[in-house]
Amino acid sequence: MNVMMLLEMASAAFPERLAFTDGSSGASYTYQQLFDAARLRAGTIQASGANRLVKLDVSNLGTPLSLFASAWAGVPYVPLNYRLTDAEIQSLLARVTPAYLVTDAERVAELGATDDVKAASTQSFLDDTQHDQGMEDPWAMDPEDIAVLLFTSGTTGEPKAAVLRHKHLVSYILGSVEFAGADDSDAALVCVPPYHIAGIAAIMSSVYSGRHVVQLPNFSAEAWIELARKHSISTAFVVPTMLARIVECLEGEGVSDAQMPHLNSLSYGGGKMPLSVIEKAMALFPNTDFSNAYGLTETSSTICVLGPEEHRQAVAATTEAERRRLVSVGRPLPGVEIEIRDEDGHQVPAGERGEIYVRGEQVSGEYEGRGSVTDSDGWFPTRDAGSLDEEGYLFLEGRADDVIVRGGENLSPGEIEDVMLTHPAIADAAVVGVPSEQWGEAVAAAVVAKSGAEIEVAELQDFIKERLRSSRVPELIQVWAELPYNETGKLLRRVVRSELGEAAQS
Amino acid sequence: MAALKMGARLRSTVCAGEIMVVMAPDTEVEMTCGGAAMVDAGESVTPSGEVHPDHAVGVVMGKRYIDEAETLEVLCVKAGEGSLAANGALLLQKDTKKLPKTD
Repeated sequence: MNVMMLLEMASAAFPERLAFTDGSSGASYTYQQLFDAARLRAGTIQASGANRLVKLDVSNLGTPLSLFASAWAGVPYVPLNYRLTDAEIQSLLARVTPAYLVTDAERVAELGATDDVKAASTQSFLDDTQHDQGMEDPWAMDPEDIAVLLFTSGTTGEPKAAVLRHKHLVSYILGSVEFAGADDSDAALVCVPPYHIAGIAAIMSSVYSGRHVVQLPNFSAEAWIELARKHSISTAFVVPTMLARIVECLEGEGVSDAQMPHLNSLSYGGGKMPLSVIEKAMALFPNTDFSNAYGLTETSSTICVLGPEEHRQAVAATTEAERRRLVSVGRPLPGVEIEIRDEDGHQVPAGERGEIYVRGEQVSGEYEGRGSVTDSDGWFPTRDAGSLDEEGYLFLEGRADDVIVRGGENLSPGEIEDVMLTHPAIADAAVVGVPSEQWGEAVAAAVVAKSGAEIEVAELQDFIKERLRSSRVPELIQVWAELPYNETGKLLRRVVRSELGEAAQS
Repeated sequence: MAALKMGARLRSTVCAGEIMVVMAPDTEVEMTCGGAAMVDAGESVTPSGEVHPDHAVGVVMGKRYIDEAETLEVLCVKAGEGSLAANGALLLQKDTKKLPKTD
C-alpha cells in the first residue's frame, strides 16, 4: 500500500483533467503532470540521502507534489507550521533530520546551513529543470511504511509527532471515497493549512475522486467568496471561525443568497460550530448540502459525519432533542467504532458524558518515539469528552482535561456554554475552572456580547440558574471583545483559564 | 499457492488487470484473473493465453472485490477483461457506501 497508488490510478483514468490550481498564482497541474512531476522529485529526494521531506510553506502546487514525491521516494512527508517562531521551527526541524527541506526563498539560507538539512526553495522545487533523474523503480508497497509525520498542536509542552502509515491513510480513502466519483466540472476550494490533517486528507480524497482542487493559501472571507464564484467551486471545507467570517461578509454585502449556485456541498469541522452561525449559513446557501465532520490527526482525519439530510431534519424539527442534532458531529463512518467510557475505562450508557474512544483501520494512535497509545483491542483514547444519544449521534463536550472539578463534583464546560449561548445578548462564551480556596476549582466564564447588546452579569447568572443546577453558575463572568482562537478555529482554553485565573486571585 | 500479503500488488497473466491486496486471510490463497494464476506485479510477464469464458466478466479500476467469507479483499488498480477468483471461487464486487463529502 502506498498513497502514490491513489495518484497513479487518477492519472491513468483522467490524465488531462486539472488536478490542482494555486488560487493565488493561477498555476496548475493536470493529473498526468502531477504524476510526472512526483517521479522527478522522488529521484531528487532519494539522491539527497534525506530520510524525511519537510515542507515549510503556505499551500501551493509544491504541497501535493511533496506528499506524493515523498511517498514515491519512500520517506515520510513532514509538513511544518510556518506560523511558528524561528526557534520552534529550528527545534522541530532538528527532530526530523537528515531532511530535504522545501521552503520559501527567504528561509533557505538560514535553515539549510547545517549538513543534515538540504534546503530548496519552493520555486526551484517546482521547476522541472532543477531535477534531472526521475525515479524509475516502483515505489514500495509495505503498508507499515510511514507516509506522514504530523506535529500535533494545542497541548502544552513538547509537540508530539503523530505517525500515519500508508495503511492508515489508504484505508481511510478506500473506506470513504468512491474512485473517480467526481465530474470533470467539480472543483474543491481548500483553505485549511497544509500542515493540518484536514489539508492532507483533502489532497488524497480529491485525487482519488478525480476532483480539481483550488488552493487558497491565506484565508480571508473576501478571497474565499471571490475564488468560490470565479472557479464555480462545487465543494469546500471550512473551520467554524471561517464560516462565521464568510457569513458576516455575505451579510455585509447585503445579500440574502450567497449566489454560489455551483456550491453543492459545504463541510465543516475542527471546532465547535455555534448554532447561530450554521443556521444563518444554511439560509444563505439554500441549495448547498452541509456536513459536519469530526476527526483527529491520529485517526487520519474524519471519523464521524453529520450529513446534509440530518442537517435539514434538525432545522425543521419541532422537538428540542431533534433540533439539538444540529450541534452533533453525527455518526461514525463505516468501519469506525466509537465508545464513551468513564474514568475507570467502563462504557457509559447513552446520554452520559465520558471520554471518546475510537477503533478502526484508519486509526493510528501512534507517536514517534512513544509507540502506540491504543489498547490491546485497538481502541484509541481521544482525550476528547463527549456523549452518544440513543440513536448513536455523537456530541462533543470539550477536552477530557477541560472538566471542572468543583467541590468533588465534575462539571462540563460545554454544558454551561451551551446554555449561555441561548441567551439573546451572548455571541460567544468560554467556561473554565479557576483555582478556588473554598471549592478547589470554581466556575468562571468569558463572554462576548452580540453587536449592540449589553450583558448584565447578575442577570446572566440568574438566566443560567433557571436552567442548570446552582453549582454550574459561574461565580466570575467577564465580558470580552473576543475569545482567543487558533487559526484552525480551536478555542485556546488555556489562555482563557490563565486570564480568568488571575482575575479570580485579585 | 501462497499466503497473500496486505499491500501486495498482483497482475493478471491473460489480461491487463492488476490488483492490490487490501485484506488477506491467514491461509494460502490461489488468486486468479481470467482463470489464470496471477503473478507479482514486479515480474515482467507479457500477457499470454486466453481469458477463460467462465472468468470473463472483467475487473473495474477503483472497485473493491471480496470473497464470500469476507476474509479477502482486493482493490482493482488496473482494469482488465478477466474476472477475479480466489481458490476457484469468483470474487464479488463490494459497494462503497455513498458518503457526504467531508474534506
